[in-house]
Amino acid sequence: MNVTDLRTPLGEEVLSLRAGDRVTLSGLVYTARDEAHLMMEERGIPFDPKGAVIYHCGPIIIDEKVVAAGPTTSARMNNLSGFLLDQGVRALIGKGGMGETVNGQLRGRGVYLAFTGGCAALAASSMKCKGICYEELGMAEAVWILEFDRVPLVVGIDSEGNDLFRTVNRKAKLQFESLFT
Amino acid sequence: MYQTGIDQALVQKLVQATKNAIMQAQIYLPPDVKWAISHALERETSPVAKGELKNILDNVSRAEELGLPICQDTGVPVIYITLPPEVPYCQALFDAIREGVRIATKEVPLRPNVVDPISRENTNDNTGVGMPFIHVRPDSQLTITVLPKGAGAENMSRIAMLLPSEKAAIPKFVTETMLIAGGRPCPPVILGVGIGGTFDQVASLAKEALLLPVDTMDPFEQDLCDTVNKLGIGPMGLGGDTTALAVKVKHAFCHTASLPVAVNVQCWASRRATVVVPL
Repeated sequence: MNVTDLRTPLGEEVLSLRAGDRVTLSGLVYTARDEAHLMMEERGIPFDPKGAVIYHCGPIIIDEKVVAAGPTTSARMNNLSGFLLDQGVRALIGKGGMGETVNGQLRGRGVYLAFTGGCAALAASSMKCKGICYEELGMAEAVWILEFDRVPLVVGIDSEGNDLFRTVNRKAKLQFESLFT
Repeated sequence: MYQTGIDQALVQKLVQATKNAIMQAQIYLPPDVKWAISHALERETSPVAKGELKNILDNVSRAEELGLPICQDTGVPVIYITLPPEVPYCQALFDAIREGVRIATKEVPLRPNVVDPISRENTNDNTGVGMPFIHVRPDSQLTITVLPKGAGAENMSRIAMLLPSEKAAIPKFVTETMLIAGGRPCPPVILGVGIGGTFDQVASLAKEALLLPVDTMDPFEQDLCDTVNKLGIGPMGLGGDTTALAVKVKHAFCHTASLPVAVNVQCWASRRATVVVPL
């Protein structure tokens, strides 16, 4: 299976990606969890959002060294992501997929990328800390600027609305019904 | 003669053993779990699922090489100790284990995860009222076993008080637990299943089942595992043949009018370690 190598800032190349495609991502990425989304919406995005990538992650970073930086559950940001995509963000990274609202907001604009849950050490060894914004939010909630080096990801939701998580859940439900009726 | 405590040298040995067991569990995935993931990768047919399993194995190797925790959710410490006849059951044992957890939190390091359930105030040392939960049973040696339990999978666990006539509903309840969980508990999972006992006992059985090796299953466990895998949820909910690495079952006798069943969901990072404490 082909693996597409992506580098930030992202452009229209993300529009040709399809759910289930495997990619690697290199370049600058910005972490954001619940608090960072609220702060950025209120006080502004502290980086150029055009072609930017948001990573749903609350890392452990000690003395500017990434100790652990696996993905957090993206669904918590289901209703917080629209303003980022409106301002040009091209990709969201996290685990577990996102809801119908984000699916609609990604149409013709960007993709959701899934990073393997729990892979903190893999993340730590392929990401470097390049800075911090909104430091007052604390280690887990601040916006960290990370430099990715070929981080392996899967396209979970593409720009045409195809959603791997939704497809898998629907199939599982049908399978369960056929097993136990 | 009636003993009221243990000597200071043994207290210190238990503190160190607790810290060492936690450190080992956080950094080194047990060989049987690694085998189960590698074995799943050999059989997996979905390219996306293969990629996820490779990432997991890569992560496990890097954690070992770098001496880092496998996952950033270092969980809450669930503790099992065995006591030989010459070690008295006393408060000093519990205090020593709590101290070991505090030291491990600084030295591994662990994420401070333990909070007051209502105020959500964090103690920052992974201990608190009733935490860690320490299970004690008699044996020939003094041992400490730690099972760090992350929240993503723990939150998907379920319990049911079935009717004695509903024996056939056990596989449905187990499979339904995984259907509801989907990708949220970071599959491929290990399901610990408790059957029998009482309401509280069955949950303990389900968790103790997670201490059993996952490289063998009896026919009942294998059948449950195959059924769960038919859901096709796959690693991280992205689809595939590998939803569960193993299902492990523990039984206890129960009331003639009861059939308690519990499913404790464990993510792929099934971390556990046992240290023997020399007397």
